[in-house]
Amino acid sequence: MQLALFLIFGGLAIAGAINLLLQKHPINSALSLVVVMMSLAVLYWSLGAEFLAAAQVIVYSGAIMVLFVFVIMLLNAGEEEHTHGSRAAYIAGFPGAAAIFCVLSFVFLTESKHLGSANLGGQLSQASNNIAEISSVLFTKLLLPFEVTSILILVAILGAVVLARKEQ
Amino acid sequence: MSAQVPIAYYLILAAILFSTGVAAFLIKRNIITIFMSIELMLNAVNLTFVAFAHMWHQVQGQIFVFFVMVVAAAEAAVGLAIIIAIFRSRQTLNVDQINLLKN
Repeated sequence: MQLALFLIFGGLAIAGAINLLLQKHPINSALSLVVVMMSLAVLYWSLGAEFLAAAQVIVYSGAIMVLFVFVIMLLNAGEEEHTHGSRAAYIAGFPGAAAIFCVLSFVFLTESKHLGSANLGGQLSQASNNIAEISSVLFTKLLLPFEVTSILILVAILGAVVLARKEQ
Repeated sequence: MSAQVPIAYYLILAAILFSTGVAAFLIKRNIITIFMSIELMLNAVNLTFVAFAHMWHQVQGQIFVFFVMVVAAAEAAVGLAIIIAIFRSRQTLNVDQINLLKN
């Protein structure tokens, strides 16, 4: 079950990411990013993070990607055109990304014996369920960072309004 | 009953997503698509956090992902507002033509 979920939705996530890279029109890239986020939500759920799976669907693919699609439609973004800068980007981009992938996967594969494996569902240490554990830690030990994020969101809202306002 | 999946596979998947995000960040010329590839990289890092949280049977990794999501939401709001402001003044979304600091 775990393996089947991992293979199906991991493959879907990789296909969406590659499609984001290959599509020329930004709206196609945005929709393939939604596919990536939904399949990551299923992977979070299979790793025992039910709250994060729900938050991924609601916050990322529900709020952030809708904002992206709104902006794409508002600015009437068309297909990207190729300039002389894009050739240099191809020359630097693919080898750089391949080098990062090689380094990361080398580290992960050499350490894979110590990492163990994943079962379906949560295995938290002393919790009855995932949301109870998250909320008990978030509202006791990490209360100050949690409150600071609310101030961050408030500042971000004000900044977005000020930046996107029409100038007189 | 159920076949187990090594944690390393999840990390490899996250590495694939992250390097695809890096490639898209470097190759794409549209500023909105570049911004979306940043979101893809953030998601890849979140997957490693959740996988390690599962590995250690701890919830702190999941809380870190929660904070990353909050910061990503704030960053998307501000970044898209900046993109709208750029488009209003320069009438383009191509990053090669946004070169005011170069001249």
